[in-house]
Amino acid sequence: MIRIILPPHLRTLAVVQGEVELEVAAPVTRRSVLDALEARYPMLRGAIRDHATLQRRPFLRFFACEQDLTHDPPDAPLPDAVASGKEPFIVLGAIAGG
Amino acid sequence: MSKVRVLVGTRKGAFILTSDGKREQWEISGPHFAGWELYHLKGSPADPNRIYASQTSGWFGQIIQRSDDGGTTWHQPGTPPGENPAPGPPKAASNKFVYDISPATGKPLTTHQWYDGTQHPWEFKRVWHLEPSLTDPDTVYAGVEDAAMFRSTDGGENWHELPGLRGHGTGPKWQPGAGGMCLHTILLDPSDPKRMYIAISAAGAFRTDDGGNTWKPINKGLYSQYIPNPTAEVGHCVHHIAMNPSRPGVLFMQKHWHVMRSDDAGEQWNKVSGNLPTDFGFVIDVHTHEPETIYVVPIKSDGEHYVHEGKLRVYRSRTGGNEWEPLSRGLPQKDCYVNILRDAMAVDQLDKCGVYFGTTGGQVYCSADAGDSWNAIVRDLPAVLSVEVQTLA
Repeated sequence: MIRIILPPHLRTLAVVQGEVELEVAAPVTRRSVLDALEARYPMLRGAIRDHATLQRRPFLRFFACEQDLTHDPPDAPLPDAVASGKEPFIVLGAIAGG
Repeated sequence: MSKVRVLVGTRKGAFILTSDGKREQWEISGPHFAGWELYHLKGSPADPNRIYASQTSGWFGQIIQRSDDGGTTWHQPGTPPGENPAPGPPKAASNKFVYDISPATGKPLTTHQWYDGTQHPWEFKRVWHLEPSLTDPDTVYAGVEDAAMFRSTDGGENWHELPGLRGHGTGPKWQPGAGGMCLHTILLDPSDPKRMYIAISAAGAFRTDDGGNTWKPINKGLYSQYIPNPTAEVGHCVHHIAMNPSRPGVLFMQKHWHVMRSDDAGEQWNKVSGNLPTDFGFVIDVHTHEPETIYVVPIKSDGEHYVHEGKLRVYRSRTGGNEWEPLSRGLPQKDCYVNILRDAMAVDQLDKCGVYFGTTGGQVYCSADAGDSWNAIVRDLPAVLSVEVQTLA
């Protein structure tokens, strides 16, 4: 079971509270996790990745296990702790302003 | 007794203000979609319970919301909250605005002019304006940034560009204004379902006479000192256009500078700024029952986006322009430095025409007597982006 933490606006949009838990088949990558997330919560399509290009929206970042995974290739395996559900995969809105 | 429902989009959510026909006591609901920018909400003339809303964010992109019960509950069209997805490919998403660059359009245009004159790719950013069909609640048009027009015929579930506008030939000369390159005005001609007008900052006004397949620039008579050729076919920063449905060929325009009028469906424009203290501004609207009575709110200048002399004054012309009178009763007359954005004025259809506008200071004002006097419905909302009003039986 993969654990995902969404920023508050996206939790509101998906009508979820707290973490999201999803079954994701191996290999667990950023792409496979986001594909599963968007399939379960189609209202999130376009809100994390651009509809047409599937590129990350510019002001969003991805973290897990205290690592910044934002610029890793989308098909790179996520840390084992994420794949096992020990640690969450975090979607984070970039901070703008003071 | 008749009722009015005022739909207010703000920087941090939507608010719905309702009153009876007296327009004295108001109920306020909201914020809906708290924390998001609500660029525009508009109800269907064919079904007032159907309301479309543009919810947007620089972080999370574009969301289209729809209500089928007059704003009590909302959902993303085709994606009811909590619905378990069906097996198979993901369903179409109501926030999917993808430019049509197919060879079938004949003109797969992909660039426009950037601020520095270079060509820049078209990039979808947000929906500025939603215009529901006059006759079909499931048909709605969207004006978007970067400038293009989309249409949905299934209640906002799927959107398709009308590529003839972006591809008609002048597209590479369009460029963004300070607010971005946005298609912000859509007017539907009630006497001719195939005729529509749109306006883009900074490209100008355009008209279609065939339901959106082909478009022509309608900018003759506009003079814009801030562009290399002040009388160019395109490049003008049109801020808003208004019409009275009883005379759809007569158009009134608030341009970056200048208030303009056309009596021939935009073929020729004439300046009607007359005695306005400044003819820069954003909003313009027309009295529901008096097609020669128009309203603007003069803004000091293009560099100082607040009302003139610290006084919030609506100006009314009962002569279709040129002769203007200030309307200030009930409005702050000192130390006021708010702006009124282009989609933030509306008129109702009651016998005594109501006029409404919202400010960047968060006030929404109502005049129940066609502008003679004003009252604040609310004073402390987030900055108001848009105001629309529905007149309900």
